[in-house]
Amino acid sequence: MKFGILVQEGPYNHEASDSAYHFIQAALAKGHEITGVFFYNDGVTNTTKLMDIPADDRHISKRWSELGAKGVELIVCVAAAKRRGISPDVLIDNARIDGLGQLSELCIESDRLITFGD
Amino acid sequence: MLHIVNKSPFSNGNMDTCLRIAQAADPILLIEDGVFAVKKGTSMEGRMKETVGRHPVYALQADLKARGIDQVVDGVKLCDYSGFVALVEEHRPHSWL
Amino acid sequence: MEEQAPRKIMFVNRRAPHGSIYAYEGLEVILIFGAYDQEISAVFLDDAVFSLKKGQDTSELGVKEFSATFRALEAYGVENRYVEKESMEQRGLTLDDLIMDVEVVDGATLRKAMGEQDVLLPF
Repeated sequence: MKFGILVQEGPYNHEASDSAYHFIQAALAKGHEITGVFFYNDGVTNTTKLMDIPADDRHISKRWSELGAKGVELIVCVAAAKRRGISPDVLIDNARIDGLGQLSELCIESDRLITFGD
Repeated sequence: MLHIVNKSPFSNGNMDTCLRIAQAADPILLIEDGVFAVKKGTSMEGRMKETVGRHPVYALQADLKARGIDQVVDGVKLCDYSGFVALVEEHRPHSWL
Repeated sequence: MEEQAPRKIMFVNRRAPHGSIYAYEGLEVILIFGAYDQEISAVFLDDAVFSLKKGQDTSELGVKEFSATFRALEAYGVENRYVEKESMEQRGLTLDDLIMDVEVVDGATLRKAMGEQDVLLPF
């Protein structure tokens, strides 16, 4: 099945980003396709490479980037990103900044769209 | 339709709205702070017992475990992330955020 | 390529405006989605009914006042616009208090409408 994912909250403040990540891992393990992860609202701050995380904690943006390297599309909303200072300069590898139309495409292409937020 | 609730019913009304709108027999999945709803011995227990009579109720094991909850209201089913995915395979999800 | 039937997409708005950005950024999504040929609905329940209240003036907050934009939903292709009856009653609101014409639906009607959607987006 094709799953689209919407992430509405930033990392660490809320569990949303962690829940989304674990859900995606489980879906991939079951052989599902992730059509894309769309980062919106404060969710865009998941994708800054400026995070500097103590070694004993998970590195959330690195984890997303690694998922992107495996071929999962990571799409960061341009309008939401601009508001929060997420520019191409600070964006993690394997993610891209794009328009809200991409979320619409995810809704159309996916068998299921699931939202993680606060 | 699968209803997902991620907030504690002790501090937030999302569960109330979910229960007001959910169709009989629609499954409800509790994740994150939503799992506090199914702890045994709380003021919610009576309401959860009624809810279990009308809906299949699931709680995410990882979130229960993280919060030290090992006794849940009778009839509540536990699931792991793979079970979460299976529920979404079967039902279109709505997150009550 | 085979034409896919339009998707039924519903925006489930539950947050009040101004206290957080969800109502505003949710509105931005709704307006974009209207441009795609899908079957779009928007429902306002719980505190989101306050987003549609007449007489909002954010000038002293220094933030954008966007309630009038909700009036454009119909023109933007959002075919179904609902408010939930119980949410309105709880908050002492009637249709006369709202900036636009919407259909007032009870829980049973909303339950049915939500059950028919392909995608539900919470804001």
